[in-house]
Amino acid sequence: MTILPPEPVRPPSSESASPKILIEDLRLSYGPKEVIHGISFYIEPNEILGIIGPAQSGKTSLLRCINRTIDFTASAKVSGIIKVDGMDVRQMRNVYELRRKIGMVAPLPVGLPLSIYENVAFAPRTSGMRKKSDLDGLVEKCLRQAALWDEVKDRLDSLGTKLSGGQQQRLTIARALSHQPEILCLDEFSIAIDPVTTMRIEEVLRELKQDMTIILVTNLVQQARRLAARTLFLWNGEIIELDTTEVMFSDKAKDKRTNDYVNGIFG
Amino acid sequence: MANAVRETPDTVASTRRTPRPRRGNLGILGERVIEVLIHLCGISAMIFVFAIFFFVFREGAPILRKLDLGRFFFTQTWYPTSLNTPRYGVGALIIGTFSVTVLAMLIAVPFGIGAAVFLSEFCGKKMKETLKITIELLAAIPSVVWGFIGLTVLNGVIQKVFNVQVGLNVLNAAILLALMSVPIMVSIGEDALKAVPDSYREAGIALGCTKWQLIWRLLLPAAKNGLLAAVLLGVGRAVGETMAVLMATGHSVNIPHSIFDSVRTLTATIAAELGETAEGSDHYRVLFLIGILLFTMTFLVNLLADFAVKGIRKK
Repeated sequence: MTILPPEPVRPPSSESASPKILIEDLRLSYGPKEVIHGISFYIEPNEILGIIGPAQSGKTSLLRCINRTIDFTASAKVSGIIKVDGMDVRQMRNVYELRRKIGMVAPLPVGLPLSIYENVAFAPRTSGMRKKSDLDGLVEKCLRQAALWDEVKDRLDSLGTKLSGGQQQRLTIARALSHQPEILCLDEFSIAIDPVTTMRIEEVLRELKQDMTIILVTNLVQQARRLAARTLFLWNGEIIELDTTEVMFSDKAKDKRTNDYVNGIFG
Repeated sequence: MANAVRETPDTVASTRRTPRPRRGNLGILGERVIEVLIHLCGISAMIFVFAIFFFVFREGAPILRKLDLGRFFFTQTWYPTSLNTPRYGVGALIIGTFSVTVLAMLIAVPFGIGAAVFLSEFCGKKMKETLKITIELLAAIPSVVWGFIGLTVLNGVIQKVFNVQVGLNVLNAAILLALMSVPIMVSIGEDALKAVPDSYREAGIALGCTKWQLIWRLLLPAAKNGLLAAVLLGVGRAVGETMAVLMATGHSVNIPHSIFDSVRTLTATIAAELGETAEGSDHYRVLFLIGILLFTMTFLVNLLADFAVKGIRKK
């Protein structure tokens, strides 16, 4: 049996050609308890990065650091560098602009108590889009992208919260797309959706990759395998391994824990 | 093999099971009694409302045969004690109640809802505790004390600030009523805002909302049922309030042309005159008729609120 030499992988460093997101020595603690212990990695433009790892390993907290919604947790303390497009997120004055750049999809769908149309038109309106025709076009585009348009086009005026769980989740994806983000963060988006819809959305994500950078936090390791170019294995607030998805899901993974986790032996 | 070993303890346990406890006849009877009692508690609310309505109506109804209802509602001459021709026109009283209530709400609603928003969205924990205690204290002040403040303090202030001759007027009473109904609005309104799930806030923030946009476009619409209830409870308080308005409105039968005119309200009229009337006299019965009128008004307000809330829910 021949042993293939491992493919050279670019080291995670700031020297790689202008990453979309660059994180260096990020530490996060809630009160006295540190939950992210100095992690560093980068995400390239138009890449899908999968983040896998068991519960409580800091995946959601990491996303909240990137769009700075962590600010609203009083006990949270962040240190280190998070750069989006070369700008330090933590120094940013106009945090609203940052958040508009980042679409966020939560694990459980949060249908705002507005009509389906208003759910999607909400963010564009708050950032000043007023013209009905622009809004109409955008709403349709986003709902189509989220594979929801055909199911709701006749009842855009009914409450978003009346939709089924899976539909609501696609509605939140449409809403996340509505401010035309450059980065899309999906936090275990598929836990409330049936497998067929999940596949349709995964299809959508592959297309969206042309326009945006996607961070895919997922508990389904196979989902990361299907979609992500590179996969990051986060465990207890530390990066166990970050490599191309082929390597992570093969027996060439450097860390034994990676292999165990993706094969469902623990976690 | 492994299965067999595992099953053994289970079988043993099932044979040794303790006898199932049984409920005695007394217990079953007690259950029945408690059920009936709870039923009665529920129905009692209805019984009380109907009983009150019945007794007020019984006292007031006989006058309906003698009274011209058109005159009753639409004339403003209230001379119940005139020896020759007593006249019972409550037009001015209705307008008095209405004007004081509306002005009070114009003052109280922005303050009440604003305070509720501040309490639930902006203020720190310590500040919140202090404010809540203070606001509750505001609610605990007896209405006669409010009336006293209206008579002695606000009266002079209004005379000086607005340079008017009489300080006991619509404005005076409206300010008092506003202060009295703000605490209810704040506590109910804050509860309504607190009931909005945090996930909405997070979603709104993640979409790039500013705090103001979040409150205006998301939280207030999401809490509108509760906020409407808060406002209507305030209205109920203002319509029904008697003592403070009796002391602060000036108590003169008058259709106000400005907020500096004295008025008289329906409630204050009943309070001031019922003790002076002979039981069973026309005057006495007319006062009860006013009671029925008040009753109907509050009933309508509640009904409207109910429809409004249901309408919002349906959509």
